[in-house]
Amino acid sequence: MAVSVGEVVQAFRRDGRIVVVGASLAGLRAAEALRTGGFSGSLTLVGDEPDLPYDRPPLSKQVLLGRARADATTLPQRNSVNAQWRLGTAATGLDLAAKRLRLADGEEIDYDRLLIATGVRARPWFNAAEAALDGVFTVRTSEDAARLERRLSARPSRVLVVGAGFTGSEIASACRERGLEVTVAERGAAPLVGALGGVVGAVAADLQRQHGVDLRTGVMVTALEGDSGGRLERAHLSDGTSLDVEVAVIALGATRNTEWLAGSGLAAGPRGIACDAGCRAFDVQGIVTDDVFVAGDVARSPHPLFGYQFLSLEHWGNAVEQAGVAAHNMINVGPDRRAHLWVPTFWSSQFGVNIKSVGVPNMGDEIVITQGSLAERRFVAVYGFQGRIVAAVTFDQAKWLDFYREQIEVRAPFPPDYATVDRQPGGMRPVPAGFQDPSLPSHGATVTLTGHDPNERRVQFTPARA
Amino acid sequence: MCDRVVTVWLEGQGLRMRIVVDLNRCQGYAQCAFLAPDVFEMHGEEALLYDPAFTEAHREQVRRAAAACPVQAILVEADEARVTPVGA
Amino acid sequence: MTPGTLLQQITDYANRANPYPLYAELRKTPVARQDDGSYLVGGYYEISSLLHDPRISSDQRNLVARDGGGLQAEEEAGLPPSMIRTDPPEHDRLRRMAMRPFGPPHTPRRVHEMGGELHRIVSGLIDGFQGKDHVDIVDDFSYPFPVTVICRLLGVPREDESRFHVWADAMVGAADPSPSADLQERQRAGTRARTELGRYLAGLAEEHRRSPGDDLLSALATDHGPDGQMSMVELASTSVLLLIAGHETTVNLITNGMLTLLRYPEHLERLVKEPEVAVPMVEELLRYEPPVHLALPRVALADIEVKGTVIPRGSTVWLGLASANRDPRRFDDPDRFDPDRRDNQHLSFLGGIHNCFGSPLARLEAQIALTELARRLANPRLVEDPPPYRPNPLLRGPRHLAVAFDGVQG
Repeated sequence: MAVSVGEVVQAFRRDGRIVVVGASLAGLRAAEALRTGGFSGSLTLVGDEPDLPYDRPPLSKQVLLGRARADATTLPQRNSVNAQWRLGTAATGLDLAAKRLRLADGEEIDYDRLLIATGVRARPWFNAAEAALDGVFTVRTSEDAARLERRLSARPSRVLVVGAGFTGSEIASACRERGLEVTVAERGAAPLVGALGGVVGAVAADLQRQHGVDLRTGVMVTALEGDSGGRLERAHLSDGTSLDVEVAVIALGATRNTEWLAGSGLAAGPRGIACDAGCRAFDVQGIVTDDVFVAGDVARSPHPLFGYQFLSLEHWGNAVEQAGVAAHNMINVGPDRRAHLWVPTFWSSQFGVNIKSVGVPNMGDEIVITQGSLAERRFVAVYGFQGRIVAAVTFDQAKWLDFYREQIEVRAPFPPDYATVDRQPGGMRPVPAGFQDPSLPSHGATVTLTGHDPNERRVQFTPARA
Repeated sequence: MCDRVVTVWLEGQGLRMRIVVDLNRCQGYAQCAFLAPDVFEMHGEEALLYDPAFTEAHREQVRRAAAACPVQAILVEADEARVTPVGA
Repeated sequence: MTPGTLLQQITDYANRANPYPLYAELRKTPVARQDDGSYLVGGYYEISSLLHDPRISSDQRNLVARDGGGLQAEEEAGLPPSMIRTDPPEHDRLRRMAMRPFGPPHTPRRVHEMGGELHRIVSGLIDGFQGKDHVDIVDDFSYPFPVTVICRLLGVPREDESRFHVWADAMVGAADPSPSADLQERQRAGTRARTELGRYLAGLAEEHRRSPGDDLLSALATDHGPDGQMSMVELASTSVLLLIAGHETTVNLITNGMLTLLRYPEHLERLVKEPEVAVPMVEELLRYEPPVHLALPRVALADIEVKGTVIPRGSTVWLGLASANRDPRRFDDPDRFDPDRRDNQHLSFLGGIHNCFGSPLARLEAQIALTELARRLANPRLVEDPPPYRPNPLLRGPRHLAVAFDGVQG
């Protein structure tokens, strides 16, 4: 006798085995959603860090300011997940055919459905010997933040921040607020230029300089030099200058944790794991799987609002939303499934300014200031691409952002042709948004447009500007 | 099924309770900073900083702050969810 | 019933005690053009969107010139518009300056630290009920309480209440858009009262400038923040707003709250047993019986399409906050008073840049007031239901609330 689909789903919810690889924000929120969605089978969470899921955004902000402890950002749980936790143990391999996960300690775990939420890690300094110097840091984990905070408390004479993306800029902000001397070295023309373009980047540059940052743009750090005791004492820059520093924080963006999937047959590579709008992973043939799901920073998924390009998002909000969709789809079938159509949204706070973004700014080729003023650093900037609004960025104007999200969702014309409050003279004239050549690797963008092909090997960029 | 699971408990965190604020939802209304100034702090006009782990002494403040948030962005850990991960 | 007369019916005093059926009617038409050319919006999501829509102005000077009883008349003489009737950047600058002595980031602890004083004022008022078997909650409690609070906060002598009460009444009367024969006269009287009150407060501010205290008038008169100092007319306009808004709304919140709890005595009982329920209970009261039913009228700066209806540029837009709070698309079982309601994201303090300046104080006042009334009044009960209401349809609340009880506990 045929068993109905409904009965299969019920049986899976009751007796199935789900393994979640990655025990951070996306993994935790997915586990919660599985339970609230009615999954009562066995649930295992695997995480390479020893900690319970914790929140990372505070690490570069209140933790470095010394106002919250690095080991105290453990995420609150929405509901009991009643899971088996395998913390401190990385996943090292996946056998798709056998539906089996391998762990670093040699153990294997069988699953019926797998969620991959392994996230990203900080991109290390390119020279391993220099990276090992005492005084060279990255900030990704709570342990990283705790170590850097302890060093900042010892009041180093100068901190060098390498890379002025969001994380680097936030770290520089925290250092200045603690009264420390800071140099920021940025390869691009301005801070945040990769994510927000040159027009807004120029505002970010002013903000840094006004707060006493020694900002050096258009330069690279070519070498870090230690003393005989292995302590960092000097940095060399591409403009031939050098700088005495006690601390260097490498903030050159992130690397996706996909190496463990090499050879697994999944479409996984340096830009993430391709999945469909329902969070189902693609295999290397571009065929969607139905028992492996992906969520969070490690995922690349197509978005209809942005030309169905695969987006990879290093966004807190995306991790939460995509985890919810993935979990829902893992325990539902057919028309009950949902698509992940979240409009990318993120925030940063630095130098006392609240920066928020909605949409995909680095897809835009033009920008207009629809409200407020760049000079006062309170404004709404709207980004356009091919006559449509694709993004908006606010500096201390967050209360308007919902309106612009709706404008993006309805693909409203760009430039906007309506009157608004707080329109300043000349504000409506679109100008080039000032993104650098998108084929250059950038540490600044937190949204990466990764083309239309699920198969990583043929991935192509679609430039924001021809 | 795994036969060995890792025990983790919140050593050193004592009786601290946890919060997280969805700063995508947050629009800087500052109700939390008014009502729970020991836990939430405005950093400039609009940016929010908060202590993600607060103590029993601030529980009432945090309750007021979470209830007053105009965009309901503050998640306080539900008591029933505060369970130790399954240990071996 | 035609949607074009809904605003008229809502403002009709006959419907003051129970406007909710009219709101249910309103929500059938997401945007209802009124016979006077204005647009009335009653749905939660539509109002929430419009509160964040930069094409919506709060500045009446943007109204397309036409007659027909806008509220702009009162603004044209005397004081400049207060911040709730301005747009950015002017609004943002005024609000930042007013916020400096009141709240975060500059003065983060002021409201929090007022808790003890709020308790003392409430206790004193309830002590005054000793020996009585009934009181008027409005005149004996929910009016004098926030008046005392706002006087201390601003630095206004409490004994001047009889002077500014008259001006406040005239201003509230002028803010009533009900089309009556005396509308123009009410508006002229409101303008005069606002000017008088502004002159009075400016005079006080001048005194405080010479010998400043720990109050807002002193701070506003002496503060030099990043935005500089308020001009004297801005200071007058701002302090008029804070004084009026600081009590004319809270009186409704507390009175509506007590009325609701007496209508649902099981919740009053619960508040006695679990005082901590006051926090979510006040949020639910805000949703269920909000002190402000209609937001001040807005003006469309552009043609705005809402759910298939275009609000033409220059139109007046009315936002039905109390209707939004009862929208079944947003709130399950919206006509049920449920202090345990989760995700209670009501619009009673608006949203967007014009969100209520004093809302944290109003929340604390209501939490303390209702908790203490519940705890101390023995067997309280309504004498008259519904009670007589104040005329104003925007600031809706009882004029009197007679409550009988068997004694006052310590």
